[in-house]
Amino acid sequence: MDKPFAITLDPGSSLANRTGSWRTFRPVYVDRLPPCNAACPAGENIQGWLFHAEAGDYEKAWLTLVENNPLPAIMGRVCYHPCEGACNRGQLDESVGINAVERFLGDEANRRGWQFAPPLVSSSGKRVLIVGAGPAGLSCAYHLRRLGHQPVIMEAARHAGGMMRYGIPQYRLPRAVLDAEIARLIDFGIDIITSAKVEDVESTMREGGFSACFLGVGAHLAKRAYIPAGDAARILDALTLLHDVEAGEPPLLGRRVIVYGGGNTALDVARTAKRLGAEESIIVYRRTREKMPAHASEVEEALQEGVAFKWLATIKAADEGEVMIEKMRLDEKGFPQPTGELERLPADAVVLALGQESDLSLLDNVKDIEIINGVIQVDDNKMTGRAGIFAGGDVIGGEKTVTAAIGHGKRAARAIDAWLSGRTYAPPKKPEIATFERLNTWYYSDAPKTVRPTLDLVRRQSTFDEVVGGLTEDNALYEARRCLSCGNCFECDNCYGVCPDNAVIKLGPGQRFRFNYDYCKGCGLCAAECPCGAIVMVAEEI
Amino acid sequence: MHEQPIKFYQTGTFTVGNRLLPPEQRTVQSRIKRYNSLNSGHRACQGCGEALGARYCVDAAMEAANGRLIAANATGCLEVFSTPYPETSWQLPWIHSLFGNTAAVATGIAAALKVKRAKGERRHIRVIAQGGDGGTTDIGFACLSGMFERNDDVLYICYDNGGYMNTGVQRSSATPPAARTATTPSLEGALGNAFGQGKFLPEIALAHGIPFVATATVADLHDLEAKVRRAMEFHGARYLHVLVPCPLGWGFPSHETIKMARLAKESGIFPVFAAESGEVVASAPIRRKVPVEDYLRPQKRFAHLFSPTLNLAALARLQELADRNIRKYRLLPETL
Ligand SMILES: Cc1cc2nc3c(=O)[nH]c(=O)nc-3n(C[C@H](O)[C@H](O)[C@H](O)COP(=O)(O)OP(=O)(O)OC[C@H]3O[C@@H](n4cnc5c(N)ncnc54)[C@H](O)[C@@H]3O)c2cc1C
Ligand SMILES: Cc1ncc(C[n+]2csc(CCOP(=O)(O)OP(=O)(O)O)c2C)c(N)n1
Ligand code: SF4
Ligand code: SF4
Ligand code: SF4
Ligand SMILES: [Mg+2]
Repeated sequence: MDKPFAITLDPGSSLANRTGSWRTFRPVYVDRLPPCNAACPAGENIQGWLFHAEAGDYEKAWLTLVENNPLPAIMGRVCYHPCEGACNRGQLDESVGINAVERFLGDEANRRGWQFAPPLVSSSGKRVLIVGAGPAGLSCAYHLRRLGHQPVIMEAARHAGGMMRYGIPQYRLPRAVLDAEIARLIDFGIDIITSAKVEDVESTMREGGFSACFLGVGAHLAKRAYIPAGDAARILDALTLLHDVEAGEPPLLGRRVIVYGGGNTALDVARTAKRLGAEESIIVYRRTREKMPAHASEVEEALQEGVAFKWLATIKAADEGEVMIEKMRLDEKGFPQPTGELERLPADAVVLALGQESDLSLLDNVKDIEIINGVIQVDDNKMTGRAGIFAGGDVIGGEKTVTAAIGHGKRAARAIDAWLSGRTYAPPKKPEIATFERLNTWYYSDAPKTVRPTLDLVRRQSTFDEVVGGLTEDNALYEARRCLSCGNCFECDNCYGVCPDNAVIKLGPGQRFRFNYDYCKGCGLCAAECPCGAIVMVAEEI
Repeated sequence: MHEQPIKFYQTGTFTVGNRLLPPEQRTVQSRIKRYNSLNSGHRACQGCGEALGARYCVDAAMEAANGRLIAANATGCLEVFSTPYPETSWQLPWIHSLFGNTAAVATGIAAALKVKRAKGERRHIRVIAQGGDGGTTDIGFACLSGMFERNDDVLYICYDNGGYMNTGVQRSSATPPAARTATTPSLEGALGNAFGQGKFLPEIALAHGIPFVATATVADLHDLEAKVRRAMEFHGARYLHVLVPCPLGWGFPSHETIKMARLAKESGIFPVFAAESGEVVASAPIRRKVPVEDYLRPQKRFAHLFSPTLNLAALARLQELADRNIRKYRLLPETL
């Protein structure tokens, strides 16, 4: 061997020394469930679509969003965004404005004419009857179509949309937005037959050759309370009023309107009354502001528009031009109790907004469906006692929101898909929640939330123009980038950078990373310095 | 309407990379094809701050020198864990020197390159020297001061882990006051390293009036790389002093190396600044100020300050050292 003087060995690389054998813990990449996703009743992958929005790829963001929810422009306006309440960034400064970005994406899609990705599986040809074109029915139809089935929606009203059209007023949800998102669903291959009330589900299914059915009939019958009223008293119900306004035939209300109830419907009616010209619009509610089921932001907006509130009061009687109210007090359990103290209020009209129930006459001939207190009973997969008939939305009770209805429709569609092929749907196991404690928040830049602009007050009191505005592109991008990407790698390269042993392999944009266990010593630095908690240290079997 | 400038990048420059940043603002370390000047398979402890700091610095210098770089290396952990004969982790021309003469060896290489250039060498080859705090502030100090004073064309990088770690954690003149080492034990009456001794070499380097002096930590990569880049823009003697926490010698779990460096900087106990031609030109401001106690408490070398009794007097003196740094280097906005 020809070696220089005093040299006995070939020079070698330290790569021969596999330091991975030192390890007692190994780092592993994980995807956790961000709290926003976990809180979304429609099961949106919020972190997932924000990831694309952050990079300015709005179409990809929108496409990711609509994998779970086909109505983002509507959602971005009417959803009460429980996601934001759960958002980890709320513990840092303020929650991410998820709902505002969602609306921005929905509006962009409408503006630019983006379309859904084609259905996942080629057509199964199986026809599914959907009763009702509210959010529950639309969502179920969309997801069935995605899975390759042929949904047909039968809708009693003249137009599709359910409460999104005949309940939620235009100043919160402009009809052009609603129409655009419904039109996209029709383009996607969903048949919607309007002015087609289903009178008897079993016969409609039989005659139409439907293999399964989803009931999304909502709750449209106004609940009434007994109020002794003189002949000349003008008493209306909230849903009829909102329906008539939508149909272009607003009722005459007079100068003073009293709205009875404490839910969102009461607020919408009171705000609508203002817009119809009432000088005074007063909400009478038997409990306190804190106990009101209506959403705080809507109470705030109503107050700004001059709606007045009478807390802790019930209506005892109504007569021409006035009502008699009784003051209440809350007992130890928080229930309102009468005090016997009475007061007269001038009122030209009283609108009852005391909740709704479902018209279930279409089920009269269906056996095996259990109905308790007017609510259809379903299992986890939204199936009723009658195999093959599913239900969701307001008709199954619980959380009565557009978002929940969309979630029900999705879950039912997956269950129907399984049922059609003789299986029972089992949802994939959810990963652990990416809690705030798992984050290394040092790495996130400080940034307060962007505020959505609101319409000026004069226009809000006289017109049905939309009250809350959208974000500009700059603002939407800024807001999206406030996301911490909880529990899911966002390719910050920290693990790749901080490893003293170069034991992290970078796979390239969108491909994330891999560990090189030949050299990883298991120090745990990568896991400690991952901002979003996407790495765990797992004990090695030794 | 509330307009926001769009210059907001989620993690800004705090993380190693950031897919949202324009490519020119990303770090050398974040690249898929980086130099990895210090390769895998080295024998540094788990979570070694020095191994990490060395790859950060040398890769950045390699980038600035277009890959034409020679390194001289003092004895110490860095040398021992990277080159047990016949293996080497170094992916650049690298020469081992004695414990105390690295600066002189690098000076020699720089001089040789000068001669070669005079004889027609076209390539622009640069030189760095690197060593631990012991090799730099103690035994290598004479050679280093000479290198400064002659303004030799070398970037000297000191990896400060606050002691002679390679030989079993003995005190150096960079060991912080109150720290327990093998030679400054915590016994009754002698609570670790004495106050009022030691030296902060960056200030001595600065006093030489050399073109560039800076400090950095492994907790802020963007700052560290910017300093190496800036240093490489100068010719003549340059000095970079990098704080590299040592899990073994300081007594903290191996996954907290970066956290320790961050706490050192955020408490003010280790000032991060840059100086050109003898004048401080920039300080890295404290972002989320913490009391010095937050930095000390997790480290076993300071355990005697907290138990069996809380040594408030020593803690107050250490806090005063941090506060002095904050005043002196204007580390907080209100001190500007
Ligand atoms: C005034 C008001 C404001 C609201 N504001 C909000 C809000 O801001 N955010 C929010 O999340 N939620 C809001 N909600 C609640 C929300 O609108 C409902 O929870 C949601 O629309 C329920 O969806 P659904 O699909 O179950 O029923 P619906 O939207 O009620 O749709 C049911 C549809 O089924 C049709 N149908 C019924 N029976 C038959 C039949 N036999 N044959 C054929 N078709 C039939 C109906 O015509 C209707 O179109 C509001 C509700 C009201 C009343
Ligand atoms: C002249 C001389 N004295 C002592 C030693 C033994 N020795 C080797 S490394 C070292 C300590 C190194 O400390 P430092 O420079 O801080 O580097 P670290 O190991 O902490 O990175 C000592 C004392 C030596 N190699 N040569
Ligand atoms: S920071 Fe982002 S991922 Fe985390 S909870 Fe908020 S929106 Fe979801
Ligand atoms: S930082 Fe590197 S060596 Fe440490 S656990 Fe992570 S991959 Fe392994
Ligand atoms: S440190 Fe960054 S790149 Fe690595 S897993 Fe976490 S988020 Fe992804
Ligand atoms: Mg040392």
